[in-house]
Amino acid sequence: MAEKYVARSSAIAARLLGGEMMVMSTADSTFFTLDEVASAIWQAADGRTPLSEIVAGKICQEFDVDREQAQRDAARFVDELSQHGILLVSDQPLMESSPSPESR
Amino acid sequence: MSLLAEMNQKALTLGLPISVHFDITYRCNERCVHCYLDHDDHGEMTTAEIADVLTQLADVGVFFLSLSGGEVLMRRDFFEIVERARQLLFNVKVKTNGVMIHEKEAARLRQLGVEQVQISVYSHRPQVHDVITKLPGSLKRTIRAIRFLKSQGLKVSIANVLMAGNFSDQAGVITLARELGVAYTLDPTITPRMDGDTSILALRIPGSDVKHVFHSQELVGNVEEFCAPPPVPGEDIMEGFPCSAGHTACYISPYGDVFPCVQFPLPSGNVRRQKFLEIWRHSPQLQEVRSIRARDLPTCSTCAHVGTCTRCPGLAYVEGNMRGPSTADCEKSFQRTGIPSANMLAGAHGSTMGQLIQIQAAG
Repeated sequence: MAEKYVARSSAIAARLLGGEMMVMSTADSTFFTLDEVASAIWQAADGRTPLSEIVAGKICQEFDVDREQAQRDAARFVDELSQHGILLVSDQPLMESSPSPESR
Repeated sequence: MSLLAEMNQKALTLGLPISVHFDITYRCNERCVHCYLDHDDHGEMTTAEIADVLTQLADVGVFFLSLSGGEVLMRRDFFEIVERARQLLFNVKVKTNGVMIHEKEAARLRQLGVEQVQISVYSHRPQVHDVITKLPGSLKRTIRAIRFLKSQGLKVSIANVLMAGNFSDQAGVITLARELGVAYTLDPTITPRMDGDTSILALRIPGSDVKHVFHSQELVGNVEEFCAPPPVPGEDIMEGFPCSAGHTACYISPYGDVFPCVQFPLPSGNVRRQKFLEIWRHSPQLQEVRSIRARDLPTCSTCAHVGTCTRCPGLAYVEGNMRGPSTADCEKSFQRTGIPSANMLAGAHGSTMGQLIQIQAAG
């Protein structure tokens, strides 16, 4: 399967509130809240790290999850957010990713 | 409960602000007859000061940021401020009259990822709108701006302040909003000027017109439900608080003064002298606002409308007592349901409007 690279879109508003990430698409005003695992993927989505590496190197290390299940869940999560323009997905590394609230 | 309501509840539980209304200038190119502001510049915050405040707001968790005025585009650094706000990932709403928005400005707002633009329109006819704004040609320019913003794919809404002078044009503005493909909101609230001048209250629409608005299916949806008699309030209502002002939201003036809300001129601190978080957590004024529950309201706690009234504590404060009734909301509750408020029954309706409090710099 081809690698997926994910980056945070700049067309979003986001803020961490009590451990949950609030994310809103400024394009269609869709509002999401991301739990801890989803927030971790979203924050690691720098456009350069392959999704499989984010899952293996970050999600499976930090959370008690099965690797194959985590890969499937991450792919579904990325698909859904990309449909609303919140995450950008490519089979090539992406040059830019918006800042994440924690990385400021 | 919607996701947004859940996050509001979470912010409330955590004691964090989630929304801030930030007036970045009081200067304006219009001179609306109902405006409560003093349009002179008495020392607005600089670009750097505003950037610092925005960083502080992002750090404490503010998500929704309304940039307003005055006319926001009167500031030469307006786009610099929006750019900074968007770098900090705020959900940015801009309130403007649109007069200075052309193709280039609309494109820039879109590029920066502004979520929504709210534009004031008082009539579909220039002979009414331009008389209210006192700026000839303003309606034409405002409508042109709406078209530019729409062509960029931005979400736009028209805000119409209802007054005696434009009430009959309300249907025309709704039709205009439909033609332009934008949302429509109305507000029948006129507030006293910042200098305490109450003469503009004469612009308010009479109660019979308020009743007409509340019984319009087009405006309120299910009229029977909207105008239903209030249910008997339960304990949860009596333990509830009036609105988000000071709880999950606040207002910042161009001079750095912090208030519970744009309609609640209780000076609570100044970000030029203190950190925002210090004001938010420790301001005695905000703490007092937060301490008030429905059961603490001497008149309103005995009122049939206590659980459904839109009582504005800011307007009550302007009338002399933040725990007292807001007579404009008593009127609304009455016109909506036909049931007089406790304040009206006590014969106090309108009697406190002489004790107005002016906005002043925080001590």
